[in-house]
Amino acid sequence: MSQSLLSLKDVSYQINGKPLLKNLSIDIEKDAFTLVLGPNGAGKSLFLRLCHSLVLPTSGQLLWHTNNNLPPRQTMVFQSPVMLRRTALSNITYALQYQPGQPRLEQAMAALAWANLDHLANRSATLLSRGEQQQLALARAWAYRPEVLFLDEPTASLDPNACSRVERLIALIRQQGTQVIMSTHNLAQAQRLGGSVIYIEEGAMVAHQSCDTFFSAPSSSLAAAFINREAMHKEVSH
Amino acid sequence: MNAESTSMLASFLVLFAWDSNLWEIIGLSIRVSTAAVGLSLLIGFPLGALLAVKNFRGRQFIIILVNTLMSMPPVVVGLFIYLLLSRTGPLGVFNLLYTPTAMIIAQTVLVTPIIIALSNQHLRLEWQRIGEQLRSLQVHHRGALLTLLWETRAALATVVLAGFGRAIAEIGAVMIVGGNIDHLTRVMTTAVALETSKGNLELAIALGIVLLCLSLLVNAMVHMASIWWQKEVQE
Repeated sequence: MSQSLLSLKDVSYQINGKPLLKNLSIDIEKDAFTLVLGPNGAGKSLFLRLCHSLVLPTSGQLLWHTNNNLPPRQTMVFQSPVMLRRTALSNITYALQYQPGQPRLEQAMAALAWANLDHLANRSATLLSRGEQQQLALARAWAYRPEVLFLDEPTASLDPNACSRVERLIALIRQQGTQVIMSTHNLAQAQRLGGSVIYIEEGAMVAHQSCDTFFSAPSSSLAAAFINREAMHKEVSH
Repeated sequence: MNAESTSMLASFLVLFAWDSNLWEIIGLSIRVSTAAVGLSLLIGFPLGALLAVKNFRGRQFIIILVNTLMSMPPVVVGLFIYLLLSRTGPLGVFNLLYTPTAMIIAQTVLVTPIIIALSNQHLRLEWQRIGEQLRSLQVHHRGALLTLLWETRAALATVVLAGFGRAIAEIGAVMIVGGNIDHLTRVMTTAVALETSKGNLELAIALGIVLLCLSLLVNAMVHMASIWWQKEVQE
């Protein structure tokens, strides 16, 4: 059995008495690419925010299985890329301001080159296209050198070209040993990326399987219904 | 030529004659208001940012209080500062009453709630946009606040100008704590009131013209800053 990176023990989150995440008990495997799947409004983004400690659970416990049980170095890329009102280059140097090692400017230029954005270094980040902004957000995250990277639907509302560029960067980040935990509701993308799937619906974990098994033999009828619905929707839209 | 036209003509002559008394009054007005706005920024921006960023018990109460203080009548502020600074008051020992310092204090009290309330509105919106990203990059509190202020710079410029507009046009509080003493605490608004009551319309109108020009300038700057801010937000 693979080692766990993060364990959620009976974690719930509610606002004004309304439960948004319900009694989640999940072990996220170490060194495995984890996909968080589910329909819109299922609680995927909230789940990632909770794992990333941007929100605290109302009840339950998060346990990092690191040497000292402290959270590893981590960051998050959001569905809508958050750009500071400065140049693309400055957006990256900003993220590196507390990082030791190489001079920040060199690291930032390397990150831009890594994402094929070096020609946009001195452009205002807020003027870039949505796809370029998301690539820049990934370059900033890469430059930050996280051990764990949370990606909240990073390709939502991107055109296919931008989507494939972002997916290529995600693959590069994975290759370099960063553990990626990513949410999506795009099943085709999930099948392309593979890994381990956590399926959430209405704030509850419904299935936790390998990607192949999830699509061939989903462990829950809700997950199977979701896969069928999405497949039908895809056929209709084609 | 009627009396009003004569007064108007005479007021332009006063302005262009570079009357030292007039420019002394204008200079003091600008110095007092600039100092008050500067102090208000030092207090107001950090507090506005804190209210935007931190969720703590009593936060809503403070926001309501600050919004209420925004509409506080200047004469009430003047009276309050007068009581504090008068010889028998808790700060009477510093002998500040009827000095420009007292006027700066009064205007600071008037302007600070405006700076807090208006900056808080802009900073809260910006924090909703960038707050989680900064936390995700483990930016420490001080760094996050400075970044927030910098990212909201265009909107905050309008807040500064709005505060300055309020300070320079204010009369009630500075009249009470400054006393409108010639060559010491006489500013444009108090001088206009005095000269009008004395029937010296030339000087009153001349000062009124300068005050109007300053208001126009401040409003034009607020307008330009708003356009800049809109442009930055759209970008």
